[in-house]
Amino acid sequence: MKPTDTSNPDYFHKVVDCQWGCPAHTDVPAYIRMIAQGRFSDAYMENRKSNVFPGILGRVCDRPCEPACRRGRVEEKPVAICRLKRVAADHRDDIRDRLPRAPDNSNGKKIALIGAGCASLTVANDLRPLGYDVTIFEALDTTGGLMRTNIPQFRLPPKVLDEEIDYILDMGVDLKLNHRIESLKALLDDGFDAVFVGTGAPRGKNLEIPGRYDSDRIHIGIDWLESIAFEHTKSVGKNVLIIGVGNTAMDCCRSSLRLGAENVKVMARKPRGFFKASDWELQDAEEEEVEILVNHSPREFVIEDGKLVGMRFELMEYNVDEKGRIDRGTVTGEKFIPCDDVVLAIGQDNAFPWIERNIGIEFNEWDCPVVDETTMMCTRKGVFFGGDSAFGPKNIIWAVEHGHQAAISIHKHCHDKDIEDRLPMGLNLASQKMGMHEWSFSNDYNPAARRLMPHVDLKQRFKKLNIEVELGFTVEQTIEEVERCLNCDMQTVFTEKLCIECDACVDICPVNCLTITDNGEESELRTRLSAPADNHEQTLYVSAGLPQTSRVMVKDEDLCVHCSLCAERCPTGAWDMQKSTILIPYASDEASDEQPTTAAGGSGA
Amino acid sequence: MTYIAKPRVSHPGLPKNELGLTSRDYEGAVSTLCAGCGHDSVTAAIIQAVFELNVEPHMLAKMSGIGCSSKTPAYFVSQSHGFNSVHGRMPSVTTGANAGNRDLMYIGVSGDGDSLSIGVGQFVHAIRRNLNMCYVIENNGVYGLTKGQFSASADIGSLPKKGMPNQQEPIDPVSTALSLGATYIARSFSGDKEQLVPLLKGALLHSGFSLVDIISPCVTFNDHEGSTKSYAHTREFYHHVVNIDYVHPSEEIKAAYAEGEAMPIHLHGGDTIVLRKVDEGYDPTSRASAFKFLRDRFNAGEITTGLLYVNESREEMHELMHNADTPLSKLKFEDLNPGAAELEKLQRRFR
Ligand SMILES: Cc1cc2nc3c(=O)[nH]c(=O)nc-3n(C[C@H](O)[C@H](O)[C@H](O)COP(=O)(O)OP(=O)(O)OC[C@H]3O[C@@H](n4cnc5c(N)ncnc54)[C@H](O)[C@@H]3O)c2cc1C
Ligand SMILES: Cc1ncc(C[n+]2csc(CCOP(=O)(O)OP(=O)(O)O)c2C)c(N)n1
Ligand code: SF4
Ligand code: SF4
Ligand code: SF4
Ligand SMILES: [Mg+2]
Repeated sequence: MKPTDTSNPDYFHKVVDCQWGCPAHTDVPAYIRMIAQGRFSDAYMENRKSNVFPGILGRVCDRPCEPACRRGRVEEKPVAICRLKRVAADHRDDIRDRLPRAPDNSNGKKIALIGAGCASLTVANDLRPLGYDVTIFEALDTTGGLMRTNIPQFRLPPKVLDEEIDYILDMGVDLKLNHRIESLKALLDDGFDAVFVGTGAPRGKNLEIPGRYDSDRIHIGIDWLESIAFEHTKSVGKNVLIIGVGNTAMDCCRSSLRLGAENVKVMARKPRGFFKASDWELQDAEEEEVEILVNHSPREFVIEDGKLVGMRFELMEYNVDEKGRIDRGTVTGEKFIPCDDVVLAIGQDNAFPWIERNIGIEFNEWDCPVVDETTMMCTRKGVFFGGDSAFGPKNIIWAVEHGHQAAISIHKHCHDKDIEDRLPMGLNLASQKMGMHEWSFSNDYNPAARRLMPHVDLKQRFKKLNIEVELGFTVEQTIEEVERCLNCDMQTVFTEKLCIECDACVDICPVNCLTITDNGEESELRTRLSAPADNHEQTLYVSAGLPQTSRVMVKDEDLCVHCSLCAERCPTGAWDMQKSTILIPYASDEASDEQPTTAAGGSGA
Repeated sequence: MTYIAKPRVSHPGLPKNELGLTSRDYEGAVSTLCAGCGHDSVTAAIIQAVFELNVEPHMLAKMSGIGCSSKTPAYFVSQSHGFNSVHGRMPSVTTGANAGNRDLMYIGVSGDGDSLSIGVGQFVHAIRRNLNMCYVIENNGVYGLTKGQFSASADIGSLPKKGMPNQQEPIDPVSTALSLGATYIARSFSGDKEQLVPLLKGALLHSGFSLVDIISPCVTFNDHEGSTKSYAHTREFYHHVVNIDYVHPSEEIKAAYAEGEAMPIHLHGGDTIVLRKVDEGYDPTSRASAFKFLRDRFNAGEITTGLLYVNESREEMHELMHNADTPLSKLKFEDLNPGAAELEKLQRRFR
């Protein structure tokens, strides 16, 4: 193999699995160390820089970082990254004077943002400090989009939502509520310098089977959740069937329990393991004694005397092949299940009835606009998309990342610059050696298991719709959980010319990451390492030829626990622990025309 | 010295041996030696060897004297027996232990100072007795623990970190052992585990005295230019003559060892080692030619390594003395001490 090029910021970025896995690249280990030091406000600000809504995301983020977390490979459970984010948010001081501020004078550019969901709000957050005049048009009489209308209050209290949205609106955003955009053409004629479409994926999927239109007790999940949020719906029947087993279904079944349902069944077409809902959402629902029935495919709604009495399902059987793929299944029977209400939670579609098809915006075969994945611009110059409206339903953290990228593009567009020519990510490396055996961070492996979120008592929580179920970590839990983080940004950095091939690092490494051996092709080299190197998604760090024997030092990044022992045992300092800071450009960096240099994350802890 | 202990966390895919243990289960306390010390690599090689040999930790006894090298038994197989004796006295203490319990596997770890200076008499007599043990010398040419004075293995002309070059003739443990009739003699290098681990395995299984002299650089006091025991010097003048592979009793000796090219040697316990010449001119079964070869290469400045001499036919101490098969420690009191009448009978035989 060729010597690894560590000057490419992606190399060390990828080692920080959580940060690499986060769509917005939140510097997770940095903020966890701040929490460890009790610097909650700093941790909050570090989060806010990349993910804008730490309090919200600390509760309801889809957390792609956690399955990516290295700790989950070394032992069973990843670090409770999301829960710790909430710790930062819950214990922060008033940070309003640390927020970005809009300048006194406008830069004369007018931007329209359609929809007041997290995508548009992020664009506003990034552009207001640069002096843009930002107008948000929102169809409803409130902000937040699905975060307010669909994510139930027992998961996300309105107070948390309001605080973080107000941080943005208080920068001076012209918010026009109850202002549905009916024609993009008309808006474009209004003379905005750029338009951002953040209207989400607002149409819940329907289930066109017999009986669908013969009762008013069959609800579309996202509309139904919205009517609960706005208190139009205040009750539900005793027996409720939820169709589908994604995250929306989990919110629907748990909401039903709070509206008076006694018997809630989630009807899954496929077996466990093929559910769309995240594990933790399933667990939370099952803790509330929601029953999940697998292998039931809906056939018809059964109506008697004009009244919904139940549903008939086909019972399914599936074959799963060795690669874990499931076939289409065969019907083995039929079953009637009685109910009073049915909620359909089988997905969402995009819908753009208000975008004219003759204004230069190309739509694809699914009737969605064609949007560039980097610039977020559609085929009409100056019109940008982000969040669920861009590529279909995703989640909040993706919407935020789209918002950041769209803000960069909008800034460049408004200044007649090439929107494709964007600042690259940067990398800072700084040695963390403080003394013979002292590092700037806590490098001792804490074998503690993942802490479990304490919940409100099972009876208590159903009393009202808006009792937040998760209580947040206690101090003791926080102290333990922060130490579970392996500090993956504390990189092992190798200098071959210093190595005397004494093997000290190879011998001490607790997880057998290191090998000194003859070079070879990657697939072959992987078979000759100190321990099996079967995870091909993780890179091998390969040195140039070593001075004494021209063999190479190979590190399998997969399981390194960043304990620093290799660097401590190295007599020559050939291994060093250096903190990597990934420098992520935002619109403000593009505006100052400089690579971001400040490592707001800092080291410490 | 390292402040944090090596964490217990390990690679989930680590291989297990026949006892269901991983190599991590054979570790000891975290080393307090200087970072980069060759002795730590030897420790790692010993761990690998006993792991691969499926040694039950409680059937191993680790013996040592005084020195950085002699400290190392603390760093492997915590759950075995051990005795850290007076400087240079490890061979006698091991003789005693072995006399009492011949069932254990004995590994003695010593230094060039411990074995060739203060303990040279002990070393010599352990060989003469053909004590059944694996005797490891972690040879760095200096007294590491007492800050780097030349030891008896320092070569003429070798430079200390500061001061005058050594002028005294070195004692070579390998030639010494050869002349005294040791039956398994190997030399290796801490920086070459591929060679060292099989040599240690053979030494542990060999019946009788086996010597493994390991060049193990003292990174603090003897790893500079002008030293003949540094990493760089050893690598430059390293001459590997006989390779060995260890073959488990359940494995068939691979066909790859074509006739003439490879020489299987059957050890007493049923295991086999297969010797393969790297240097055609070397014969590891002839004491006379080995002696000459070693001298010649030494005079040419080379460090000859590999399995240098092996002879499975000589009896070890207990066999020579016709001792009971059952370890003395396991005999019943009445059998060990049959009483005054029996003693009287015995003594009469020698009058
Ligand atoms: C039930 C449910 C639960 C979810 N739970 C989670 C979760 O726990 N974690 C997570 O990360 N994600 C979750 N999601 C997904 C997440 O809510 C969305 O991905 C995210 O809100 C998308 O943000 P957005 O800004 O793109 O759009 P939205 O949040 O959908 O906001 C769009 C806004 O645009 C407005 N609008 C639409 N059309 C117009 C128009 N023509 N003119 C003016 N205004 C308009 C809408 O009223 C709305 O306010 C959930 C989704 C659902 C349905
Ligand atoms: C009876 C006695 N004499 C002298 C000493 C001092 N002493 C301690 S270690 C040592 C030499 C050790 O050298 P070596 O065996 O080569 O071990 P190394 O430290 O080099 O591994 C000496 C002379 C002692 N501890 N006891
Ligand atoms: S920091 Fe070094 S010793 Fe520790 S796990 Fe990583 S490679 Fe191994
Ligand atoms: S400890 Fe240092 S000098 Fe020794 S092999 Fe490792 S990197 Fe090289
Ligand atoms: S002094 Fe020399 S022999 Fe002793 S621990 Fe340090 S490097 Fe090893
Ligand atoms: Mg010594």
